[in-house]
Amino acid sequence: MDMVQVKINGRDYSVPKDSTILEAARAAGIHIPTLCYLKGINEIGACRMCLVEVKGARGMVTSCVYPVNEGMEITTNSQRVLDARKMNLQLILSAHDKKCLSCIRSTNCELQKLSFEYGVEASYFTGRTEDHQKEISGTSIVRDNNKCILCRRCIGACANQSVGVINALNRGFDTYVGSEFHKELKDTSCINCGQCIVACPVGALSEKDETEPVFEALNTPGKHVVISMAPSVRATIGESFGYEPGTDCEGQLVAAGKRLGFHAVYDLNFAADLTIMEEATELVHRLQNGGTLPLITSCSPGWIKFCEHYFPEMTENLSTCKSPQQMFGAIYKTYYAKKLGYKPEDVVMVSCIPCTAKKFEVQRADQNAAGMPDVDYAITTRELARMIQRAGIDFRALPNEAYDNPIGLGSGAGVIFGATGGVMEAAIRTAAELVADVPFEKLDYTAIRGLEGIKFGEYKLGDINLKVAVTSGTKNAKKLLRAVQNGEVDVQFIEVMGCPGGCINGGGQPLQPAVVRNNVDLRAKRAAVLYRADAHLDVRTSHANSSVKALYDDFLGKPGSHLAHQILHTSYVKRGL
Amino acid sequence: MVRSHVLVCGGTGCHASGSQAVIDTMKAEIEKAGLANEVQVVQTGCFGLCALGPIMVIYPEGTFYSSIHQADVAEIVSEHLLKGRVVERLVYKETKTHQAVHSLNDTNFYKKQKRVALRNCGLINPEQIDEYIAMDGYAALGKVLTEMKPQQVIDTIKASGLRGRGGGGFPTGNKWQFAANSVSDKKYVVCNADEGDPGAFMDRSLLEGDPHAIIEAMAIAAYAIGADEGFIYVRAEYPIAVSRLQLAIDQARAYGLLGKRIFDTDFCFDLHIRLGAGAFVCGEETALLTSIEGHRGEPRPRPPFPAVKGLFGKPTIINNVETYANVAQIILRGPEWFASMGSEKSKGTKVFALGGKITNTGLVEIPMGTTLREVVEEIGGGVPGGKKFKAAQTGGPSGGCIPASLIDTPIDYDNLLAIGSMMGSGGLIVMDEDNCMVDIAKFFLEFTVDESCGKCAPCRIGTLRLLEILDKITKGQGTLEDVDKLEELSNFIKAGSLCGLGQTAPNPVLSTLRYFRDEYMAHVVDKKCPAGVCKDLLTININPDKCVGCKMCMKVCPTSAIFITDEVKPGKKLPYLCIDQSKCIKCGACISKCKFDAIYKK
Repeated sequence: MDMVQVKINGRDYSVPKDSTILEAARAAGIHIPTLCYLKGINEIGACRMCLVEVKGARGMVTSCVYPVNEGMEITTNSQRVLDARKMNLQLILSAHDKKCLSCIRSTNCELQKLSFEYGVEASYFTGRTEDHQKEISGTSIVRDNNKCILCRRCIGACANQSVGVINALNRGFDTYVGSEFHKELKDTSCINCGQCIVACPVGALSEKDETEPVFEALNTPGKHVVISMAPSVRATIGESFGYEPGTDCEGQLVAAGKRLGFHAVYDLNFAADLTIMEEATELVHRLQNGGTLPLITSCSPGWIKFCEHYFPEMTENLSTCKSPQQMFGAIYKTYYAKKLGYKPEDVVMVSCIPCTAKKFEVQRADQNAAGMPDVDYAITTRELARMIQRAGIDFRALPNEAYDNPIGLGSGAGVIFGATGGVMEAAIRTAAELVADVPFEKLDYTAIRGLEGIKFGEYKLGDINLKVAVTSGTKNAKKLLRAVQNGEVDVQFIEVMGCPGGCINGGGQPLQPAVVRNNVDLRAKRAAVLYRADAHLDVRTSHANSSVKALYDDFLGKPGSHLAHQILHTSYVKRGL
Repeated sequence: MVRSHVLVCGGTGCHASGSQAVIDTMKAEIEKAGLANEVQVVQTGCFGLCALGPIMVIYPEGTFYSSIHQADVAEIVSEHLLKGRVVERLVYKETKTHQAVHSLNDTNFYKKQKRVALRNCGLINPEQIDEYIAMDGYAALGKVLTEMKPQQVIDTIKASGLRGRGGGGFPTGNKWQFAANSVSDKKYVVCNADEGDPGAFMDRSLLEGDPHAIIEAMAIAAYAIGADEGFIYVRAEYPIAVSRLQLAIDQARAYGLLGKRIFDTDFCFDLHIRLGAGAFVCGEETALLTSIEGHRGEPRPRPPFPAVKGLFGKPTIINNVETYANVAQIILRGPEWFASMGSEKSKGTKVFALGGKITNTGLVEIPMGTTLREVVEEIGGGVPGGKKFKAAQTGGPSGGCIPASLIDTPIDYDNLLAIGSMMGSGGLIVMDEDNCMVDIAKFFLEFTVDESCGKCAPCRIGTLRLLEILDKITKGQGTLEDVDKLEELSNFIKAGSLCGLGQTAPNPVLSTLRYFRDEYMAHVVDKKCPAGVCKDLLTININPDKCVGCKMCMKVCPTSAIFITDEVKPGKKLPYLCIDQSKCIKCGACISKCKFDAIYKK
């Protein structure tokens, strides 16, 4: 690597030639504050928090985007720099609603943290403020522009998803983040992925909070309130309680669910296994009967809505399988509830998921196998963490506990659903053993693992030579699907996850400040938890899941049966733009 | 055989004061008089003396008529063109002494000017490429393509000392060198014609009066850096400029001066017009490029500079209209000729739009280094109405106010910066004793607050907070802390903003604070506006000794604030009048109505 010599705060450092001042300073152990900078997503130099002095430069420069060069002399903490940052914060605060006490991001807010660090006077500047209507009518995302500091990280995140339904509107002090013709998000082709929320440094964007109705249900006599935990939640919830990213908290997660008063705490991995049974069957059926190919997975509701808006001509390619969350609710209300002695209408089905789009999914049509919504509340990892806090449960002191049966069992194939490539790998594991009679461990899955945006693999399964593609993040999905449409890519099966990296990086996961997002590979650390869990499980294929087997034997018949279709499959809408 | 040419200004100012009607009538009258074959009417670009428009010059005599109305045309045709008798009453007063008519160039307005960029404005018909070619047009392009290597062109521009006329004053040759040094399969040249300073119309006049000069210079620049495509980004609010530019591009294409294999060389170059939608910030180069690319016009951080990574990510040079207007002349007449004009570090001339409290409102081109006094008092004809010169604002909303004490400052880039103002694109607004400097700062801040793009926090929020503090001060609610805060915030916005708009927005505040601090103090401490402008700080009163009780003021008062007292002063027939201050809105209608000078502001 080519290096250059620079001087930072009077000391000499050797730093990579192509680094920015911010990166160089970080390598030297010097922290420079930022608000708008998100590496690769938002590099626009707008917030002016990262101002530093460079000898010979006019004014101060934004270190986040300013490249270093040989002999550069940088000062990151002179009185002038500190004063400028303080002044800047005071200006930003003068246009901010400053209602920290009731803010969802209080104590977890990048603006609040910097304000404290710089000792600002919150009312140093007074004057006009905007009074924006809080946008609450959508299913998933709440927007409060009175808290927005116009860092535009959300705009970058949305564009990075190739959705791009938000941008800066108006100009000058009247600027605000919104959509074309001042539409609300729910009236646009927003896919509810929530990447804007995890990008937001303040409380301007948040998930639609449903902790209140869940608490209410828990406290309503006669209700059978159960929760199922999505695969990736075990890998991330610890971050809300001070654990390092990449800590597996499955046992504590279950214990917390039980202490919150849920009648049962289930593993959504069970439904992931169920999904594999149905989807693998569907794939084989399409391959053998000239069905629409490539088949595309349907677990990710953000991706589904993206497909409906941006690729309406390809909705026939989508697997008709409901997502694991919806399968869980559907099968619980149509079968297990009765088996356990509950009326389906008394069941309150809650799922804890890493995803804001799931909130939209529960309200979709054709997701009501028992004549009522399959799932009642989809709460994000963040909401569950808030419930645990509010209920006074000391998460870090919890013992490890096990999921409830009879449907608590999930396979290793189910757990890796939470990372990009996991669904594909799970499907191939089952196909390898059921179709080709090859032990799944014999196959090499490296091509479809990892955080690459678009991955390809080829698997010889008996007579079938299965060509597959795996992608995550709708920007990559768009690229891949265009290539499929143009005939540049020839595959029979595609896994798409709406969020970059899959569910472990979902829009409902615990928030990490930019300094962590820019410098820690969160996705790799979180995904590693899932692959470790898989490696330690005895049952690592979906078809070997005894609970799943029992379900087919006792109730559904065969995968792809008429009853399975009635309960576990759904339909799509060609939304267009 | 044409024996007479009648040049009528078709520039912005004259167009607004009715030159089109004058031209149409002129043509009809000439036709009627049977002179159609002998007299040719030419619509030209701007002469500069906009205050006296519409302007007409008749050659070969060179008679300079000003403020011509449609109704005067018949007389000019029958007297001047038919009988050869100058219509004395319409001749510009300064060109007429003791029956003799002088040359236009000897008038105060023109004699200190040096028209290089504006050389063809007011002389040729901008809609005829042949007229441009007759003035050596496209000779420079021919010369560089057939006789010079690209590096020689760049060296020539460097040697001339030409600096960017859009405000920054960056050496043009260096900019071209950077772009030439960038290796790329594609490069662009861009012309910044998004002139947005209030009251400035230099670029507009150039585009309207001599569009081919810009096209030729852009082609030369393209050759120098290795580009084959160019864009002119011009305000949609300049319809005449846009249509003449498009006409000029079409004509140049038809003559093979744009397109493939120009002058039968391997050089290919074509040009497109892009219309700006009126955002001031799009005059900032990176915002302009972003806008051409089809995005919201917002600046982006530099580096990378456009010469390295510009339009569509390719090396791009972007120069202002006036910068380009000098290029062909430098090539033809040599860099030494250009460098012989101006001051040590600022070569050549600069066009200014004179406005405000000055007699000769209009467009002037002066050698760099001309003093402000020469511009205001000689060329501009001084402050009208016998008022005292108080300050001049250069550089538009980004500039600062230069006080009377510095009126002998030679105008160039470095001098203006040193005294807290800047060259800017060339707006020059004169203020007299009736202008309140706090109010002036507020005026310019209102503009920048409106025009801030909203991307970076210091400009988006900071300029509004400045304006709010200024507003407080003009309302008499300001404190000494506010004055300190103004200064502190101004300095931060300058140092901390993303682009030139924010970095210069506080200049009007800082320069007025520097030179007119006493006026701020008068507002804050004494709660008085010395210039009598800030309404909240003054009252309107009636002098009982002068009032005759005629009640004319009562009739015009929109709020019925004036009442009749019950006291008749000695020597008066009627009781005097008085103003109820709680009702008065200080509109001043009563003052203008009173014939007895009895009402005054305090």
